[in-house]
Amino acid sequence: MKSNLKVFLKGIIDVSPLMIPVVPFGLIFGVLAIDVGFTPIETMAMSLIIFGGASQIVLLQLFSGGASSLVIISSVGAVNSRHLLYGAVVSEHLSDLKLIWKIIISYFLIDQAFAISNEYLKKNKDHNRYFHLVGGGATCWVIWQSTTFLGIILGAAIPEKLGLSFAVPLTFLALLVNDFRKFTNVIVIIISGLVATFGYNYIPFKAYVIVAALVGLFTAIILTRKNKKA
Amino acid sequence: MSNWALILYCGLITYLTRFSMIALIKKEMFNDRIREILSFVPSAIFPAIIFPAIFINDIGLIDIDDNPKILAAIIAMFIGIFSRSIIATIFSGLASYWFLIFVV
Repeated sequence: MKSNLKVFLKGIIDVSPLMIPVVPFGLIFGVLAIDVGFTPIETMAMSLIIFGGASQIVLLQLFSGGASSLVIISSVGAVNSRHLLYGAVVSEHLSDLKLIWKIIISYFLIDQAFAISNEYLKKNKDHNRYFHLVGGGATCWVIWQSTTFLGIILGAAIPEKLGLSFAVPLTFLALLVNDFRKFTNVIVIIISGLVATFGYNYIPFKAYVIVAALVGLFTAIILTRKNKKA
Repeated sequence: MSNWALILYCGLITYLTRFSMIALIKKEMFNDRIREILSFVPSAIFPAIIFPAIFINDIGLIDIDDNPKILAAIIAMFIGIFSRSIIATIFSGLASYWFLIFVV
C-alpha cells in the first residue's frame, strides 16, 4: 500500500491537465462578479463558500438579470443536480469511509477531481485511496481561489468594451461539446435554449432556467422512450 | 435577502448536493432508465443559460439582426465539436467575437 502522501500527490499529478480550462474560468468569474456589482470580499467569499464554477456563474448571471433570491438558489440547485449521476457511481467506492471524511471530502467534490479519481478508485482498493480525491480537489481549490483573486484585481483594469460577459455562454457551451455529437442531445439543447430565450420575458420571476431545463428533460424522456419502441 | 445570505444559501445547496451524492445516494437507487435520463441533465440545463446570454440584448429583447455573438458562438461550437477542448472553445469564441466587433 502506498503512503497517504503518495496517493495525495498522485491525485495532484493526475488532475493537473484538467486545470488548464479552470484558469480562464476562474479569471472570468472574478472579473464578472466585480462587474455585476459584488464587492471584492463577497466575490472571494463566493469562491471560498460555494467552490463550484457553474454554480457561481449561474448566480452571477441571474443576479445581474434581477432574479429573486429564491429563483437564484433553486437554479443553483438545478445546476448542481447534474452531479447526482456521478455520485451514484463514485459513492460505491467511498462507502466504507468514515462520516467525518465524507463531510470533508464533500467540499472538494468538483467535476474535475471526480472525473480523475473515479478512474483511480476503480483500479485501486487500498484503504487510503480517497487521498487521491482530496489531492485532486485541493489542487482545484488552490487554482480556483487564486484565479478568482487575480480576476478581482484584473477586473478593474479590463475595459467593459471587451464584452467579457460573453465568456459566460462560451464556458457553458464548452461543457457541452461532447453532447453536440449526439442527435437526441442536440434536440434537447435546441428546445431548452428556445424555451429560455422566448420565455425570458414571459416566464415570471426569471425562472426561465428552471422551466427550460424541465421542458428539456421532459423532451429527453419522450425522445428516449420512442427510441426503445422502434 | 442580502448578498451574504444569498452566497451562504447557494454554498449550502451546492455542498448538500455533493454530500448527498457520497453519503446518501446508492448505486442501486438508480435503474438504467433513470441513469439515461440523468445523463441529459447538462443538455437540458446549460442551453437555458447559453441561449439567452447570446440572443437577449442589454435591454432584455431578442436580438438577431446585428448580433456578433451569434456567429461567434457558432464558430466556438464547431471548434468545440471538432477539438473537444474546453479551452479552444472558449478562446475561439472570444477571438471571433473580438474580431467581429473590432475589426469587421
